Amino acid sequence: MAWVWFHRFGSPPYFYRVARRLTPWLGWPALILGVAGLIGGLGLAPPDYQQGDGFRIIYVHAPAAWLSLMIYVVMATSAAVGLIWRMNVAHAVAASCAPIGASFTALALATGMLYGRPMWGTYWQWDPRITSELLLLFLYLGYMALRAAFDDVARADRASAVLAIVGVVDVPIIHYSVIWWNSLHQAPTVMKFGRPSMPASMLVPLLLMLAGFSLYFGALLLTRARGEVLRRERNAHWISAALEES
Amino acid sequence: MNISKFLAMGGYAVYVWPSYGLTATVVALNILWARRSLRRAQREARRRLAALKLAALP
Repeated sequence: MAWVWFHRFGSPPYFYRVARRLTPWLGWPALILGVAGLIGGLGLAPPDYQQGDGFRIIYVHAPAAWLSLMIYVVMATSAAVGLIWRMNVAHAVAASCAPIGASFTALALATGMLYGRPMWGTYWQWDPRITSELLLLFLYLGYMALRAAFDDVARADRASAVLAIVGVVDVPIIHYSVIWWNSLHQAPTVMKFGRPSMPASMLVPLLLMLAGFSLYFGALLLTRARGEVLRRERNAHWISAALEES
Repeated sequence: MNISKFLAMGGYAVYVWPSYGLTATVVALNILWARRSLRRAQREARRRLAALKLAALP
């Protein structure tokens, strides 16, 4: 059963068609969740007892940081699938992840600086969490630069897949950096074993934002991946079928 | 709720609002970029299709 699903999605025309139909089903719920999260985070959640209203940065900083990691895992996984099973659709998905991931990594760093200044008294520290997150940005940028260096898409796919897979070691380093080393950054509040250390009025908006951003990423990924799939296609019959559907 | 009190963010306005502004910008730009990348691929595919059809002519 699982293999039928796997092979279907490996078929470019099937992927193209399903991705197009699926996109609004991710995009609109993402918008609803995001608006609900904003109302909850900016309006309904009480000020933090230590950080006051400054803690509300978490409702954009945490989703950006979460996406920066999740997108990398999606990218490395699909790159591996593309490499192992020579699946063009998987390579197309991996290639689509990089620009989205890079932008959210930069956003996580930027909002982190704006969060760090009032809470720690500094925009920047060469702290394990911040440094490993900066490395993630360089991994995304390196991946994109490597792809751009090839004229042949198939060769770009294979070379960049290796980089994506090797770079995945940075993901657990980022996640555990605040536990392994003495970091300025706080330890996990939500992504940990046991109960999240936040009252529901603060936690629910955060979960809504995390879910909304994840679905939004799904919609972006499907849109970009359709273009990437089309770019790899040489079969005139289905290109014209895909373009007719648009 | 008082609007100016809300905008002041308990003194953290200069950190909170730029964070939200940057996030809104990145979210909007990503939508624009994704759509543009798909449209460009479709344009290229249309061109390639025309070339393939031309090559297939007797």
